[in-house]
Amino acid sequence: VTISRREYDFQAARRRLEAKAKSAGEKLTTIDEAAARVKNSDHVALGGCLFSRTPLALVRALLRRRPTGLSISRNLLCYEGEWCMVAGAVDKIVTSWMGIGLPWGLSKIQREYVESGRVPMEEWSHLALGLRFRAAAMGVPFLPSLTMMGSSLVDVGGSKIIDCPYTGEKLLAVPALFPDVALLHVHRADRFGNCQIDGYPHMDPDIARAAATVLVTAEEIVSEEEIRLHPDRTVIPGFAVDALVHVPYGSYPHECYGLYDAEPDHFSTYVDGINRHGAAGVQAYLDRYVYGPATHAEYLDLFGEAALVDAGRRGRELVS
Amino acid sequence: VSGHANGVSANELLAVMGSRELKDNTTVFAGVGAPMLASGLAQRMHAPLLTMVIEGGIVGPRWKPGSLPISTNEMRAAYRAQMLPGITDAFLLAQRGFLDVGFIGGAQIDRYGNLNTSAIGGSYERPKVRLPGSGGANDIISLCREVIILTVHEKRRFSDTVDFITSPGWLAGRDTRRKSGLLFGGVARVVTTLGVFGFDPESRRMRLEALHTGVSVDEVKANTGFEVLVSDTLTTTKPPTEEELGILRMLDPARQFL
Repeated sequence: VTISRREYDFQAARRRLEAKAKSAGEKLTTIDEAAARVKNSDHVALGGCLFSRTPLALVRALLRRRPTGLSISRNLLCYEGEWCMVAGAVDKIVTSWMGIGLPWGLSKIQREYVESGRVPMEEWSHLALGLRFRAAAMGVPFLPSLTMMGSSLVDVGGSKIIDCPYTGEKLLAVPALFPDVALLHVHRADRFGNCQIDGYPHMDPDIARAAATVLVTAEEIVSEEEIRLHPDRTVIPGFAVDALVHVPYGSYPHECYGLYDAEPDHFSTYVDGINRHGAAGVQAYLDRYVYGPATHAEYLDLFGEAALVDAGRRGRELVS
Repeated sequence: VSGHANGVSANELLAVMGSRELKDNTTVFAGVGAPMLASGLAQRMHAPLLTMVIEGGIVGPRWKPGSLPISTNEMRAAYRAQMLPGITDAFLLAQRGFLDVGFIGGAQIDRYGNLNTSAIGGSYERPKVRLPGSGGANDIISLCREVIILTVHEKRRFSDTVDFITSPGWLAGRDTRRKSGLLFGGVARVVTTLGVFGFDPESRRMRLEALHTGVSVDEVKANTGFEVLVSDTLTTTKPPTEEELGILRMLDPARQFL
């Protein structure tokens, strides 16, 4: 059993939120100042899904601070999970699936770290993890569900089966997951942190409500007027956001719906490094792409403007 | 492995046989690879009113031929979708009962259609091989009205026991699935590169219902790690037609998934 009580302690989470400033004011700051709000041993939830709208700029800024003892949760964990393992940042991962995708095979880093017992993987079904965030977003300690029952996942995670108080039928009581910090990347926000997402929202709106502290990067900072003209598009209210940073290409080389496509060739080069050098391949990648660049602009220079332009062209084509 | 005759690949065979299981005016929860191709093929053959729901929180996409998704959570998977409700809400459509069929694959499968995509050997905490995990497979098999498993038929996959039940089929058979709390659904078919299996309605053990052309019962037995029940009315499937293969190759001209 790896579920920690503080993950579903709805009263503590409620008190924490009540005690917090919920300002309608300015949220813009620097990425380093935002990342500094993550403390060692925090539970950090990552928005996006797999290689879509991953908050990679925030993950890089966080890892540059050499954190330790973190738990990280994400519904489908891509290679940022491998970075956290190799960087020695995590004590536990919470996910339903880890890898990049079919063409890249099993994650050798996940295998190395989980099989050796160094980093436990707390496994949920995809919906169950979504309901963990949703329960927290709703402020309740659990949500009933019809999924995951009968499977071994119930036995290893510590989740509980309850009897329905009305029908008597069995239900899975999916425990809430209140993260300490959420890292999210969105399409646009005003400087007060009102956030809009284009395309699939993934689990970001729930995660933003579930977490005690919400750190957001946005592709674009727009005027308050622009948000107020399209309030139906706002999925995270400004008062839920603690820090906002303007980071164009903030999830690159992962995709951002309608703005830029992912870079599967880059993933292949990354995996090739692991195939040849194991965890040292990830370390070399971290040195080059995470610890090396002093600024986001320097990071993007590693890919080159032509690549960014082409990813943008492909991204726009896929929604037109 | 048989079924590759006449230049038909394993995934083409699975996609064609899978597509024939789908009916018009229904909904299907489909992942990348053979399930997505099976669904796209069915829409173009006999099921134009079939709606796909995709794990990435996507309803009713019209995938662009030659630009098929490599993940269920990327723009290609959402191309020309009719709705993008998000991941949790897509699965909740299935929990509500909107999904007729779910397609899944599996690393390890037993005679009751239980699937393991989590851990092989050792203990769960310290396994010999840590696999990626459930993803949405557990939800699909728990929540859709019926599930069709599409998989390459290999002895190492068709195992006497699974080390871990990531996705529950009929559990230990008979009414054990129902008793576990899974009130709905169940595995209806296992479509493999050798044939098509159903389940005995009493014991819920996997039973060979049809062989693909050129495959023998002995070949199925030799490639299965548990006792193979054979239907009294065993049939042979119709080989993939030129029309079916033509549509698949139009959808995936670079043969990324074929």
